[in-house]
Amino acid sequence: MIKIVKRDEPSRAIFFLTPVLAIFLTLVAGGLIFYILGFKPFEALKFFFIVPIADKYGFSELLLKATPLCLIAIGLSFCFKSNNWNIGAEGQLTFGAIVSGGVALLFYEQEGFYILPIVILAGAIGGMLYASIPAILKTYFNTNEILVSLMLVYVSKLILDYLVVGPWSNPEGFNFPETRQFSDSARLPLLFEGLRIHGGIFLALAAVVMSWFIFYKTYLGFQMKVSGFSLKTAKYAGYKGKKMIILVFLISGACAGLAGVGEITGPIGQLHREVSPDYGFTAIIVAFLGRLHPVGIIFASLVVAITYLGAETAQIFMQIPKYTGQVFQGMILFFLLASDYLLFFKFKFIGSKNDY
Amino acid sequence: MIIDVNFVGLIIASIMASAVPLILASCGELITERSGVLNLGVEGMMIIGAISGFALMTVTGSLIIAVFGAMLAGVLISTIFAFLTQTLITNHVATGLALTIFGIGISAMIGKNFVGIPGKEFPIIFEGLKDTIPLLSPILFGHSIVFYFAFALPFITSYFLKKTKIGLIVRAVGDSPESASNQGINVKLVRYACILYGGAMCGLAGAYLSMIYTPQWIENMTGGRGWIALALVVFSTWNPIKILIGAMIFGGLTIIQFHMQAIGVRIPVQFLTALPYIVTIIVLVVISRDSRKIRLSTPSSLGKSFYKDN
Repeated sequence: MIKIVKRDEPSRAIFFLTPVLAIFLTLVAGGLIFYILGFKPFEALKFFFIVPIADKYGFSELLLKATPLCLIAIGLSFCFKSNNWNIGAEGQLTFGAIVSGGVALLFYEQEGFYILPIVILAGAIGGMLYASIPAILKTYFNTNEILVSLMLVYVSKLILDYLVVGPWSNPEGFNFPETRQFSDSARLPLLFEGLRIHGGIFLALAAVVMSWFIFYKTYLGFQMKVSGFSLKTAKYAGYKGKKMIILVFLISGACAGLAGVGEITGPIGQLHREVSPDYGFTAIIVAFLGRLHPVGIIFASLVVAITYLGAETAQIFMQIPKYTGQVFQGMILFFLLASDYLLFFKFKFIGSKNDY
Repeated sequence: MIIDVNFVGLIIASIMASAVPLILASCGELITERSGVLNLGVEGMMIIGAISGFALMTVTGSLIIAVFGAMLAGVLISTIFAFLTQTLITNHVATGLALTIFGIGISAMIGKNFVGIPGKEFPIIFEGLKDTIPLLSPILFGHSIVFYFAFALPFITSYFLKKTKIGLIVRAVGDSPESASNQGINVKLVRYACILYGGAMCGLAGAYLSMIYTPQWIENMTGGRGWIALALVVFSTWNPIKILIGAMIFGGLTIIQFHMQAIGVRIPVQFLTALPYIVTIIVLVVISRDSRKIRLSTPSSLGKSFYKDN
């Protein structure tokens, strides 16, 4: 007989193995869904997960999508570690894109080495400003940050929409909902001829290093961890809870804002209606799949980025609807959460000699 | 200036109509939260209900099958949430988010074949009485059965929670699962039931949108209503009657948009569309400022997992 027993301590090995298990289970379930929809499961999975990254261009596209996911997820890991549920990264990304896009438009047809840093900084500040709203409301008015940060996503998209069809729209643009093209000095450089991967990837890598340093080498990182485990303990230890909440939101907002900068100053070079295909929401999954660990998040962002590419490829080659990507993303999180069960519980075979 | 009273009645009726999905979803979520479970998957469950209802209506041609099918779809998808949070003891917030992402994906996948298909007319009742009483007639008569159900639901929910034994059990489980469990109540079972009920109501709310309110399937057609419904539960301080008031305010904001545009008010349309979201934030701030009141009315175990060692 098998009995389920609670573990004395969560298993550390399983902590890092369950994401792999979750990905495997997602593939199995995904194959099943393809089968139900009338596709050959293995062929569909091949088009979804292997074909898109089989060549140089595909790999560059993978990095292109993984960059914002990684950046945002790193920022979110600060919030989630300290028990702050910022789920409005999509809005912080959008607002960061708006502010940096606005600054880039100020430098229209101007060139200079100083322009790009200002544009990047503007994006980070935009994201921080937007993230400070739920943070301040949470700390000083006790308002639920989940709902506020989410409502602000809708608001940010409407602000963007207003700007690109209204005051910021390209005067020579035949009323297309987009701004003028930014000058070359306001754009992140492309890294290779003919590929779309751009300098934003260095921003993501810098964020990874910074977060690793803060988490594991600073007092702040320690405080965050303690507050994440138990707010009571943190209070008892005399940590300034309010300051920390605002700080993690600002970091998170800055990262999302930078992701927004990458989206508009990279390959596109202008503001338009849809700056992000829900990167801000998908990054929540990336953060969890990466176990809120900087290195884990790198791997997770690559895995989840494939679902974006795979969805496009599968649509082109097999007429599989592109929303399958989102279904896969939801399933990964389901399976990951479910396999967490193994962290806290173990199966014990009763009746065998190796009971203990 | 002469104001046509029937026109006023029509505006009030249209505000009520746009409040219906919010009332349904909020009342469902309220029961779930009263049992101590925070399900953030309302948006996902609603959109699943919307596509299931519309698809079943198109395929089977039966409105009854479609409405109940949508509720069943809500139940099925919430079963995933219930299994994860109750049996596998996962984090409520993360699981709810996964449910929403998954729901939006699945609905768009199924809905691909239903884009652009016109909906069917949903029967309305008391149509003959529409012109009998000025002002009141358009408000009282000529709506779908779901409309009447939605406006009765807060009162039914209130009665259920306050006066019935099962309602008492639900509240006990939400306020103190440990002592409820010691009294011999099966906490897990009660919470399962409350989650599935919430799923059914969200499914119905979605079906109302795609079958009655705007009878067609549009991708992402819930447009954040699920999240506003969640905010309404906080707004109501977990009191079903207050959900009615909140839903009318938000319904009003939605309807005002259209009329402002119609009479040519020169405010950007995006600002008007953003209004319900901004007002939600303001209302949440006003309500939550009084932290003592919130603490008193929030189900004590909301969002916390309960695990009983066998």
